[in-house]
Amino acid sequence: MTVHNRTSFLDRVADNLGRERRTDVKPPVYSVKPQDRVFQGATQDELIEKLEVQCQVIHTSFERTVLADLGDSLQNVLASFEGSRKVISAGGPRLDEFGMRGIYEALGKEGFDLRVWNDQEGDVTFAEQAGVGIVFSDITLAESGTVTLFNDTHNGRSISLLPETFIAIIPKSTLVPRMTQAARVIHEQEQQGNPVSSCVSFITGPSNSADIEMNLIVGVHGPVKATYLLVEDL
Amino acid sequence: MGIKIGDKPYAERIQAGIDNSFMRQAVSSAQGRFRSGRLKAAEELGDWEDWRTLGEEIRHHTMENLDYYLHQLSEQVEKRGGTVFFAETAEEANAYVQEVAKKKQARKVVKSKSMVTEEIGLNEALQQSGCEVVESDLGEWILQLDEDPPSHIVTPALHKNKEQIRETFANKKGYTKTDQPKELAAFAREQLRKDFPEADLGVTGCNFAVAESGAVTLVTNEGNARMVTSLPDTHIAVMGMERVVPTWEELEVVVSLLTRAAVGQKLTSYITALTGTRLEDETDGPEDFHLVIVDNGRSKILGTEFQSALHCIRCAACINACPVYRHVGGHSYGSIYPGPIGAVLTPLLDGYEDHKDLPYASTLCAACTEACPVKIPLHEHLIRHREIIVEREHMGAKSEEWMMKGFAKWASTPAAYKLSTKMARTAMKPWTKDEQIEKGPGPLKGWTESRDFPAPAKKNFWEWYKQREKRRGEA
Repeated sequence: MTVHNRTSFLDRVADNLGRERRTDVKPPVYSVKPQDRVFQGATQDELIEKLEVQCQVIHTSFERTVLADLGDSLQNVLASFEGSRKVISAGGPRLDEFGMRGIYEALGKEGFDLRVWNDQEGDVTFAEQAGVGIVFSDITLAESGTVTLFNDTHNGRSISLLPETFIAIIPKSTLVPRMTQAARVIHEQEQQGNPVSSCVSFITGPSNSADIEMNLIVGVHGPVKATYLLVEDL
Repeated sequence: MGIKIGDKPYAERIQAGIDNSFMRQAVSSAQGRFRSGRLKAAEELGDWEDWRTLGEEIRHHTMENLDYYLHQLSEQVEKRGGTVFFAETAEEANAYVQEVAKKKQARKVVKSKSMVTEEIGLNEALQQSGCEVVESDLGEWILQLDEDPPSHIVTPALHKNKEQIRETFANKKGYTKTDQPKELAAFAREQLRKDFPEADLGVTGCNFAVAESGAVTLVTNEGNARMVTSLPDTHIAVMGMERVVPTWEELEVVVSLLTRAAVGQKLTSYITALTGTRLEDETDGPEDFHLVIVDNGRSKILGTEFQSALHCIRCAACINACPVYRHVGGHSYGSIYPGPIGAVLTPLLDGYEDHKDLPYASTLCAACTEACPVKIPLHEHLIRHREIIVEREHMGAKSEEWMMKGFAKWASTPAAYKLSTKMARTAMKPWTKDEQIEKGPGPLKGWTESRDFPAPAKKNFWEWYKQREKRRGEA
């Protein structure tokens, strides 16, 4: 058995609530839904504007590009970091959709040591040594400037965590007003019997702390710098 | 460590707080910034009261059906390859974690910030089992090196200044650079980066667990919780049993309330939802996952008039609004849960005996209740605690009890009442200066130690009233 002491524990809870154990609960109906009102009816372009403004609050650079220029734009961002030339990237179907294989090949010729997650052994060690991690946002929250990553076999947790700099490629089509819509997608998938990924990471800019005299320090354990690269894919 | 911190009496703790001028200044400036952040975030939304109503409804519904949701949560975690342990007491929870550590032959444990593991004293238990325990949240790491308890729920090392932190780093870790926060943090990053890959166990708390999917969610800014849950092979999450939400839809609402009410952020840098173990084709994340669900006195609160205290989402908005916390700081509460929520929760979890003074550490101004994002009536709970302490537990100060009895007898004897109101001014004359009593005798002593008491009026009310009526008649 991999659940211990459940019966006695939950019996005590029910007992203190003054009733028998409940085996069925109707989904609650709440009296208000303020979460649906945030940026209600905004177009994708309006959401991009909101995202760009929020990026200033979260100490994150924001760049826009089109699919044809993605390679050049990525090179410019990498040049701006002036750091390590070791780069780890998420894999998966988007690599082909966005022509990343060709872009990465070109970067290799420029002297970048680029690896795609799960193409070889020892990815975590490589990510630890890498200076840059590149991911694709699965759902992007305009209000908070958050990229949502469904971590899986193509998209390791370490890519967005261990390297000192972090690049999120944001397809315009992934933009939604706020966390409400991302949570709804996961909830609906759960209801349809499609379980959520083992790790969902909502990432909002670089890591930071205010633990020393309330001074904002950017980059404590995770990345020190972050850039969002928005790609027009619609 | 346990819920109780230190053995100094309340009055001494308060005095130490008042005497610590750096801490008081730091707390007051932090309160100001946190509060304005929260108010700005609320203003931006425009319908904060609706958000609070929704938060309250979610928490109320979940507590009323807690057995159902905890059952569902445990089923889901099991389905995703995790093990769930329901612990009635702190000892049971610690013993289970010790057992896992033993099975894994763990030598090094990395932790991310967690109040519930502080509450049950897990670090000490793991150390007794021969494990080295490393706190990885910057504030918690500083406190661990200094063997000092936290003084705030969100920024645990708020009471320390950068010079003290530099000294701690120098003494304990051979740090040689300046006291600039950036350099101090860079040093912590470099030191802790060595610990994560070496650790056998990663231990975290749990901000919220989602019953429908079995996800454990961690809300942080630094990213240490991600390190702790990505690199070691085993992850143990410890949660207070009340920290569950029904579905992802509720999760996002309480997370939004938490980050906004805590510091005014729309979301923190990292919100990480972890479900079970890593999947077969994944190459990072733990291969073994344990969820420890802790009661430790919480179920006693269910079904009582204090049930809503379990709605707390640990945002510290009440602490940041409290004028008493502002003056005395977190350590004065003698509990790892300071401020108004601590004053409500600590006596419920740990009994009145050691914490009977806490409900009095409040001006009852209701700023805490107004700040609470899930509308816990904190000041009403504090009043009720006081009633219980005085009436049922007979634990109020003896002098207070005698005084109240004496007052009742005196006030119900007309002759005595009349005489003493006439005599009061004369009797108090030696202590009166400019119509104020600054250092009063007897029962006035406690009051006048912190503020002045107005001297008895020259005439009592009846004399004044009679004279006034007479004058009106003459006019």
